[in-house]
This record gives sequence, structure tokens and C-alpha cells, in this order.
Amino acid sequence: MRRLPQGGLGMTTLIEAKGLSVAYGAAAPVLRHVDFILQAGEIVTIVGPNGSGKSTLLRALLGMVAPTAGTVSRATGLRVGYVPQALHLDANLPLSVARFLRLNRRLGQAQVAALLARVGAPGLEARSLATLSGGQFQRVLLARALAGNPQVLVLDEPTKGLDQPGTAAFYRLIEQVRRELGCAVLSVSHDLHVVMSASDRVVCLNGHVCCEGAPSVVSNAPEYRALFGLGTGGALALYQHHHDHGADHPDHPHDHETCNHDH
Amino acid sequence: MIIDAFVLRALVAGLIVAVAAGPLGCLVVWRRMAYFGDATAHAAVLGVALALAFDVSIFAGTLFAALVVAGAVSTLAGRGWAMDTTLGVLAHSALALGLVVVSLLQGVRLNLESFLFGDILTVTARDLWLMGGGAALVSALMLWRWEGLLAATISEDLAQSMGLNPARERLVLTLALALVVAVALKVVGALLIAAMLLIPPATARIYARSPEGMALLAIGAAALAVLAGLGASLIWDTPAGPSIVTAAAAMFAASLGGAALIRRLSRG
Repeated sequence: MRRLPQGGLGMTTLIEAKGLSVAYGAAAPVLRHVDFILQAGEIVTIVGPNGSGKSTLLRALLGMVAPTAGTVSRATGLRVGYVPQALHLDANLPLSVARFLRLNRRLGQAQVAALLARVGAPGLEARSLATLSGGQFQRVLLARALAGNPQVLVLDEPTKGLDQPGTAAFYRLIEQVRRELGCAVLSVSHDLHVVMSASDRVVCLNGHVCCEGAPSVVSNAPEYRALFGLGTGGALALYQHHHDHGADHPDHPHDHETCNHDH
Repeated sequence: MIIDAFVLRALVAGLIVAVAAGPLGCLVVWRRMAYFGDATAHAAVLGVALALAFDVSIFAGTLFAALVVAGAVSTLAGRGWAMDTTLGVLAHSALALGLVVVSLLQGVRLNLESFLFGDILTVTARDLWLMGGGAALVSALMLWRWEGLLAATISEDLAQSMGLNPARERLVLTLALALVVAVALKVVGALLIAAMLLIPPATARIYARSPEGMALLAIGAAALAVLAGLGASLIWDTPAGPSIVTAAAAMFAASLGGAALIRRLSRG
């Protein structure tokens, strides 16, 4: 693992991948030649269909899986707050919210209370994790990720299993947290149509980087605006995308109105 | 009343099993590894056969066979084999092979029943030292890795993001499981070891409010079951291992009934 030097003018690169490929065993690679960069304070959303390698990219960027080719480098001492996909806890595990937040980490009572208040879930300390609603659970996972005062918040499909109002509320919360902490946010969504309007960049992934660009370009698409745009306080925007190129032809030149191509 | 030395040794042996099996049993329950525990325990019979064949101590043979089977299960499951199939194949293969090997051994007159259902009243002082050492090792592993084991149980991804290595936690569990099998073989026997791993934690779950509380309560429930089961076995001359498990099961049923009653009363 190479370490990125700190500093530079203005922007600090937190995570950078060059020519990243990941394969599990002898199977076809999940990721092929992915270049990726995350700057401090940036909000980047990775979208793509199921099996497109979104989670694998996140895991490779965090060093949880080893690349088969290419390099991943992270800023020295990078503090990452990771929000995993919805957990499936065994109902036989009696675990309170406070104990979960303290897992492998020393936190005082006041710190636990402050974390829960920050994610809009105050007073849940004594509740059992198993009795929380989906939305409350995701907030507690977020609180745990925030406990280490992260420079980058990494969210792996954080709203999986939440309904639309719940999803919108969760993304509003993420935006608010980012405003307060100034951390970068790197998240993954399998829903091509729903990404954060506040994303600086959207990376569309399908084994390789299909395209990336600012969501504002596409946020005015009227048919999706009507579906998502109004009732959600602007937290959800739209990213229109057509997969008219096959995944088995990664180098096939194709045109795309809303994306900056970099093949 | 004078308590015979063999009764005292049996009691100590049972309590050692309770201490070793309680916290590990909780992890087995939380991680839904019940069948994994069973498979490892069944391998103990193969371990006994190997120990007799190669003339090494039964404790060592059992430990070895349990480690091999647990390791094989982990490896195969890690390579994408369905866990229940892998366990079913390995557990019963190890049990059957063990029984065949024992029958082939020349000149060994072996009371198989004592390995299948335990023979707590024949525990020797030397057995106690071995069991105590094994249990101390299991307890040390649990204390040392508890936060990591708990984190990896909740989510391997989350554990990894904390800088923990879930593969190492799995290895710790495998090792602890093999040790508990070796420790408990003489007390409850290969077929009932899994019961000592599962029933006391199931009882503890009814009362516990925290993971640590459940682990301690599981030790307590197992210890009570040992006392009651051993006592019953002496009074009514029933086999000790099955009596201990029956006592544990009775405690679970009573706790379940009691909890339901309390809920109904507090609601009504």
C-alpha cells in the first residue's frame, strides 16, 4: 500500500486508485482498470447495476480486498467512517445501542449521547439493536461511523431496505453531517435513478468506469423529477443513464450526453 | 456425609466444562454455528479411535481430530460450499469412520458408550489437570479476543473496517471449539457436547441484557445443570452426561415458561 503525501495546493487527495483490477479466484475480474480519485470534502456517489462491482470497489479502496492489478493509495493516517450494508443481527444477541457504539472503542456516556443526537436518534442508548426500525438502525450505524471523527464517510448502499421517505431523510442527514464535519462522502447505490443531488461527482460503474460526471447535468430530467424530486426536500436527484453498451465490450466507443467519457 | 473423591472430581470436571462452554456457546448461537459445533464434536469419536490406534492420549487425539474437521469445514465453506452440506458430510463421515476404526483395533476392549455419552464418574486427577488447562486456554482466548469476536459476529465488514481480521477471529473460534470438545468429551460425550454449547446460552438469552451478561449467565446455567444432573444421576443411578443435559433442558423449558408467564402477567 502506497501512502499519499499530505498537502498540495488546495485539494488533498484522500484515496486514489490507478488501473485497479480485482478478481475473486479464477472467476472473471469484478473490476477492470478502474481509475478513481477522492479529494478531501468531496461527495462522490458510485452507481451501477447489481454485480457491477460497486461494493468491491469500496472494499478495494478501503484495503479490505487486495487488488489483482493496479494500485490503491490512501492518505497517511486516513480516518475512515464505514457504514456497512444493512446488518442481519441474530435475535439471540442482546446488544444495546450504546454497547454497539462502544464496540472496540472507548466512548463516554456523553460522547454516546452526542453521537446519537447528531444522527437524529437521541435517547436510543438503552434500546436493543434488534428492536430498532430500519431507519433508526441506519442512523445508529452512521453514529458508529462518525465516532472516529472521519475524514471520509464510506457508505455501502446505506438505504437498502428503507422506503422512499426513509431514504430521503437519511440522505438529508448525510448532507447535514457533511456540512458540519466537512468530511468527504463516498457512497454506493444500486439505484441508477436515485443519487444525492449534493454529489459533486457520480461514477457509473459496470465492471469498469462507464462514465462519471456532475449529477446537476441530469437532475432536470422531468419524468424522474416528478417521481422523486419534490417530496424529498431536494435530497434525491436523478441520474439518467442508459446501458446500451455491453459489459463485455468495455472499450466499445459510445456516446453519452450526460457523462464525461474517459475511455 | 462424606463425598467420595470420584464424585468431587466429577463435579469439578463438570464445572470446568461449564466455564469453557458458556461464552463460546454464546458465540456459537449468535453466529448460527450450532451445526458446526455438532460436527466438531462428532469428530471427537474419530479422535478417540486415532488416539487408541497410535497410542497417544485421548485428549490429544480428540483435540487433533476436532481441529482437522473444524479447519476442513472452515476451508470448504470459505471456498463457497454450502455450510450445511459441508458439515453434514464431514460430521457424519468423521463419526462413522471413528466407529469403524475403533471396531478394527485389535486387542482394544473399549466401552464406546462412554465416549458417545460421557463417563464423568471415571474422571481422574490427571484428566482434571488437562481439562483445566484446556478450559483456561479457552477462557483466555475469549477474554483476549472478545471485542474482536463480537465485532466479527455482528458484521465481518464492520470488523474489517475497524482494522480487525475476521479470518483470525474465525481461527480463534475454531481453536476454542476444538479445545472445548476435547475438554467436554469425558463429561457429556461426543453426541451431547453440542448440547452443552447451545442449551445454557439459550437459557441465558431469556435473562441477558448484554453480550457479556449472556456469556456469564450461560456459565451459571451450565454449572447449575452440572450440579442438578450429577445429583440426579447419583440419586437415581442414571447416566451422568445425559442427566446433565436433561437438567439443562429442563432449566431452559422452565425459564421459557416463566418468561412467558411474566409477560402475560405484566400485560394483564
